[in-house]
Amino acid sequence: MTIQIAQQLDARGLSCPMPIVKTAQAIRAIASGDLIEVLATDPGSVKDFAAWSRTTGHELVEQTQDGGVFRFVLRRK
Amino acid sequence: MTTATLPRPTALPFDPLAQAIADVEGIQETRPDETLEQPTRTKELVIVNWSGDLDKVWPVLILSSTAAASGLTCKVFVTFWGLLPFVKDQKRIVGENWMQKMLTFMQRPGIDHLKLSKMNFLGMGPWMMGRLRRKYRIASPRELLEAATAMGVEFIPCQMTMDMFGLKREDLIDEMGEPAGAATAIEIMTEADASLFI
Repeated sequence: MTIQIAQQLDARGLSCPMPIVKTAQAIRAIASGDLIEVLATDPGSVKDFAAWSRTTGHELVEQTQDGGVFRFVLRRK
Repeated sequence: MTTATLPRPTALPFDPLAQAIADVEGIQETRPDETLEQPTRTKELVIVNWSGDLDKVWPVLILSSTAAASGLTCKVFVTFWGLLPFVKDQKRIVGENWMQKMLTFMQRPGIDHLKLSKMNFLGMGPWMMGRLRRKYRIASPRELLEAATAMGVEFIPCQMTMDMFGLKREDLIDEMGEPAGAATAIEIMTEADASLFI
């Protein structure tokens, strides 16, 4: 089963806290239950997206790494 | 079997002491149904922004914008030196008398003109910090302030500081909230889930 991404966000190159801040702004554009895919290069974002998911309730569905690029898929609460 | 039960205060949602007493007495403590939807209250962070230094205002803006991004209510009470970064950009020297004017002559107000608390070296420190910031694509205090206000962080200027510095409401950036005093600061700090003085 392939997952349907409703929105993509390229936060590569950005430092803390901008990947989170931009994700928070972008996730408002999608409907509840839809998925957003975020690409980031900030190594701190691995812990930060997990923490942000717990704080906000937006589920972290998938997390992968390709070289220095981290990919997060989140489902809007 | 009937047991005579004395009316006891029942603590909500869970009181370890009451439960311990109940365990000893063998009485079933009434526990709230955890499956029931609890009325959710958004968490709140309050920061008192006291300093006008780059290396203190910056983390205040990082934390407040991230708090808003995390769905928290965030309020920043802005007082003493912390108020000068929130003066409008085009204002150079503010105040009514020479002492107040001297203050902003010595410390240029505005979010783009912050000094470092250490290693300022007549502006060399902040200049190098700016270079490093751009090199590593770190958001500037200005960008963070814009993100924070856009996401609803409430910046509350201290009325007493405004009076002391000779600042009028129109000297401050438009996004600032209504000026307030210490009692407001105390109220929001005690109501909040976490409060910081930076």
